[in-house]
Amino acid sequence: MTTSTASRYAAEYPLIAAALPGQTLPWLRHLRSAALEQFSLQGFPSPREEEWRYTNVSGIEKKLFSPSLALTADDVDAEWLNEHKIADAWVLVLVNGRFSSELSVLADLPVGVSVMSMADALNTQAEKLEPYLGSAASHLEHGFIAFNAAWFTDGLFVHVPSKLVLERPIQVLHIVTGADVMTVTRSVIIVEESAEAKVIETYISRDGVYAASQSGTDSTAGVANAYLTAAVTEIFVELNADLTLYKMQSESEKAYHFGGSYIIQNRDARFTHHNFAFGGLLSRNDIHVDLGYASECELNGLYLGTKRQHIDNHTRIKHLKAHAISRELYKGVLDGRARGVFQGRVIVAEDAQKTDSQMNNRNLLLSDDAEVDTKPQLEIYADDVKCAHGVTVGQLDEKSIFYLQSRCVDQETARNMLTFAFANEMVDKIKIKSLHDKVLEQVLIRFPQEGVNKEWL
Amino acid sequence: MLQIKNLHVSVGDKPILKGINLEIKPGEIHAIMGPNGSGKSTLSHVLSGKGGYTVTGGSATYQGKDLLDMAPEIRAREGVFLAFQYPVEISGVSNIYLLKAALNSIRKHQGEPEVDAMDFLTLVKDKVRLLEMDEKFLYRAVNEGFSGGEKKRNEILQMAILEPKLCIMDETDSGLDIDALKIVSEGVNSLRSPERSFVMVTHYQRLLDYIKPDKVHVLAHGQIVKSGGAELALELEEKGYSWVEEAVA
Ligand SMILES: Nc1ncnc2c1ncn2[C@@H]1O[C@H](COP(=O)(O)OP(=O)(O)OP(=O)(O)O)[C@@H](O)[C@H]1O
Ligand SMILES: [Mg+2]
Repeated sequence: MTTSTASRYAAEYPLIAAALPGQTLPWLRHLRSAALEQFSLQGFPSPREEEWRYTNVSGIEKKLFSPSLALTADDVDAEWLNEHKIADAWVLVLVNGRFSSELSVLADLPVGVSVMSMADALNTQAEKLEPYLGSAASHLEHGFIAFNAAWFTDGLFVHVPSKLVLERPIQVLHIVTGADVMTVTRSVIIVEESAEAKVIETYISRDGVYAASQSGTDSTAGVANAYLTAAVTEIFVELNADLTLYKMQSESEKAYHFGGSYIIQNRDARFTHHNFAFGGLLSRNDIHVDLGYASECELNGLYLGTKRQHIDNHTRIKHLKAHAISRELYKGVLDGRARGVFQGRVIVAEDAQKTDSQMNNRNLLLSDDAEVDTKPQLEIYADDVKCAHGVTVGQLDEKSIFYLQSRCVDQETARNMLTFAFANEMVDKIKIKSLHDKVLEQVLIRFPQEGVNKEWL
Repeated sequence: MLQIKNLHVSVGDKPILKGINLEIKPGEIHAIMGPNGSGKSTLSHVLSGKGGYTVTGGSATYQGKDLLDMAPEIRAREGVFLAFQYPVEISGVSNIYLLKAALNSIRKHQGEPEVDAMDFLTLVKDKVRLLEMDEKFLYRAVNEGFSGGEKKRNEILQMAILEPKLCIMDETDSGLDIDALKIVSEGVNSLRSPERSFVMVTHYQRLLDYIKPDKVHVLAHGQIVKSGGAELALELEEKGYSWVEEAVA
């Protein structure tokens, strides 16, 4: 059980509590102490919990990660960071879980729009946050959310007022610069009635990518930092509003990543998620969507695992009211000894007549040692609904390989082309050019591309 | 061009081709006819190198080289082209990407530089017009969502662009309506040359009305049981296969 780890963390808590944002707010202090208590009891989730059956997080307990309180923006190579910024976006940079205004680009926001760090938001608009923070993600759900509520050091706050359409995307760039660090962030995104926004969450660490760009100097390559990311985002898409959320997770290959996105959609609201899970030694995404009347959600995911990576995506879509539509497509490519987990739960409440739901999970296993556990689950309590789900797990299609060979393509290239094509379907859905190109680059870095010609795509 | 001698092929323990002999000279067109399940596609597949078949005897020599010894892509680069009976859908790979990859593989194999991007586009668009296709097909995923006839036409488009020396067409006519059959046949006829040979697997005379074969063979139970000139196809159309099968039985 995890209580010993939990109590070690709890023992450290008083030492850092004063430095956490929002300590003057009684409601937040109350939330944090309830969450701390919950975490002390429960610890990190155990494989005995049904929702964590396939993902054992005990590796996290080998270390005691600590928050990085002292941060200097000088630690960050600006040039390297710029490569990860999305062109023409407002960029909020969090270094080891803390906002850096020097590195961020937040000028020229339209009047009435808030894009700021969570710490700033707690200082300047706490009363606006109070009804939202903790209302989509309950700390009782599991240990990571409790941990997050107690320990979060910062995060992103976005508020888009009604009828306002944000043309430029907002990017929150999470970067980690050190080893044994824990970065715990809580973000809140509110898109008011008939407003529209696009938000990009990027998770990178300095080591991995940095090492890769230093061609030839093998000494720096492979020095991947072990650290823990626990990021929770609560999202509120109000009446007829529209939010597209992109998540690009390419953490260091030794990192632990827990990312939770909890979305509440009001009547007629639209939400689209593109979830790219590429990095980390062990990563887990929770995506929970609550659908209001005639709202629509689209969940797209791509997970790529190599070596000994473990990548877990848990989605839960609740059709609470009638006439809502959900579409879900998750694709996985697993090589080496990588392991993928997909759980897709769709719950249709009694009132949710005329629900229209489709879920699909497709997996490509490139090696004999790669593995995937996939578990679609439909729980339907209404009688007039249209729900479909499908799962495939397989190798590359031999007929397709031969077809390409018969068209002069050698076998290895044929395999690479087909693997790439399988993954690229998800990349092609990205509407923001600069992000599209960055994600594509990550896909190509992660998989053998011998023979795949980028220029021809 | 191609000499097949006493070729025996099995799938697992099951013999399918039982001693095929066939000689195809440059410039010739051979039609292969025969009942369902007689081994026509198997022969086409074995010649183009598809896995899953065991050659238990005999040989196939292509331009003086042991064809059966080459990897499928090498055969293709050396000029063997199979137009599939059932073209495969390749999602995520566009037609134009595959054409470019294929053409450049051939050029590399021949020690030539990559095709110039503009020349390539001109060539491809030329052939698209020849086969009266919509240019949009170039940018769609290979065969994905194509109708049966569109897939067949796409095979011939690839063939026209890659300019192979030995064209094996496995029931290219099936699935084509009358107009499409005419267009595809004209496309094939435009490729005829003294250096290029064709093997056309078909069940119907109507293809052979457009593309006149030099030789017609009947394949039954894994053997060529009768060979003749173009007139043999007419006879088969009239009488069916049973009389030939009975004649050898
Ligand atoms: N992979 C396989 N496993 C088992 N039997 C096979 C396999 N491939 C082919 N066969 C058998 O070999 C025989 C010849 O098949 P083939 O596809 O070559 O026939 P065909 O002459 O092309 O027929 P059609 O006119 O219907 O296209 C058939 O009896 C078929 O069932
Ligand atoms: Mg056949």
